[in-house]
Amino acid sequence: MCLECGCGDPEIVAVDVHEKILAGNERAAAHNREHFAANGILAINLMGSPGSGKTALLEATAARLGREFRLGAVSGDLATERDAERLRAAGIPARSITTGNACHLDAAMVHRALHDFSADRLDILAIENVGNLVCPAVYDLGQHVSVVALSVTEGEDKPLKYPVMFLKADLVLLTKVDLLPHLKGVSVAGFADALGRVMPAPKMIAVSAYHGDGLDEWIGWLRERLALRAGKHPGAHARTHGRFA
Amino acid sequence: MHEYSIVEALISRVAEEAAARGASGVSRLYVKIGALSGVEPELLAAAYETFRERTVCAGAELKIERVEERWACPQCGRTVVRAGALRCPECGRPGRLVEGDEIVLERIEMEVP
Repeated sequence: MCLECGCGDPEIVAVDVHEKILAGNERAAAHNREHFAANGILAINLMGSPGSGKTALLEATAARLGREFRLGAVSGDLATERDAERLRAAGIPARSITTGNACHLDAAMVHRALHDFSADRLDILAIENVGNLVCPAVYDLGQHVSVVALSVTEGEDKPLKYPVMFLKADLVLLTKVDLLPHLKGVSVAGFADALGRVMPAPKMIAVSAYHGDGLDEWIGWLRERLALRAGKHPGAHARTHGRFA
Repeated sequence: MHEYSIVEALISRVAEEAAARGASGVSRLYVKIGALSGVEPELLAAAYETFRERTVCAGAELKIERVEERWACPQCGRTVVRAGALRCPECGRPGRLVEGDEIVLERIEMEVP
């Protein structure tokens, strides 16, 4: 009620919120992190353009890993189970998350997938995001590391054109390097230079899923990250579970 | 077009706040969007226009403040410019994004009877 004259107009009240609009997603992501911690899993958010070679990279990684680590995957796609089928054929336990029209995965979608997944016996869970260089960068999924697959055919300017995707990446895998001899004026050094302009601590590994180049270095990088996460932390997960079931 | 899912989250947050305070309507929202947040203010505004109908925000104006990116050295605090390598010109440490990645609901103006 207007207090000046009693005219009945509602009073305008300003409420300071100062909160991230995606705070709900961040809470769900924190809960996923507890899932991973409770099971001693290293979670990777694998992002990149459609066709950048994310699935092929996981297939080649599984073949090269042998029995050293148990790798599982959840795979986001607008439609079809194709990626998950390919991954299962490569011996990787995999579930797909069909997003319909959504251009990215969010933490709640990943959480639902974790529950029909026997994730308790994995060392590494790769979350293969929807192919897209824009939207997935905005949503925390609870991953420990963000990896971007960038194929040489996409061009050296992509990091400069899509800085948000690259600036928070822990690692960029430059894929399909076996095609470099066919690409005029494109070089590994050109990609490294572009990444140095958008990543504060640029880290890039050049790989070929087809010929196997760089896979040992990539697996070595995973080994280091796993060592950092060694040891399970049971208990935390149960505390927040009811909120995201 | 993740701007739609951001607007969804925004409107449900505002609805929560309005209900908690018994508001009869919402007149204005203030949000901050960083240049490196991955959200385009124009697309966000367009998505908001589409989604606000028949919600608590139907009559609410959306004010978007754009925040430019700012990088600094985590050690000595010197400004780092994103032009060449993102490193401190003095000590060579990797720069840190100080602001410019925010997607934040700052303030809601609501009508309380």
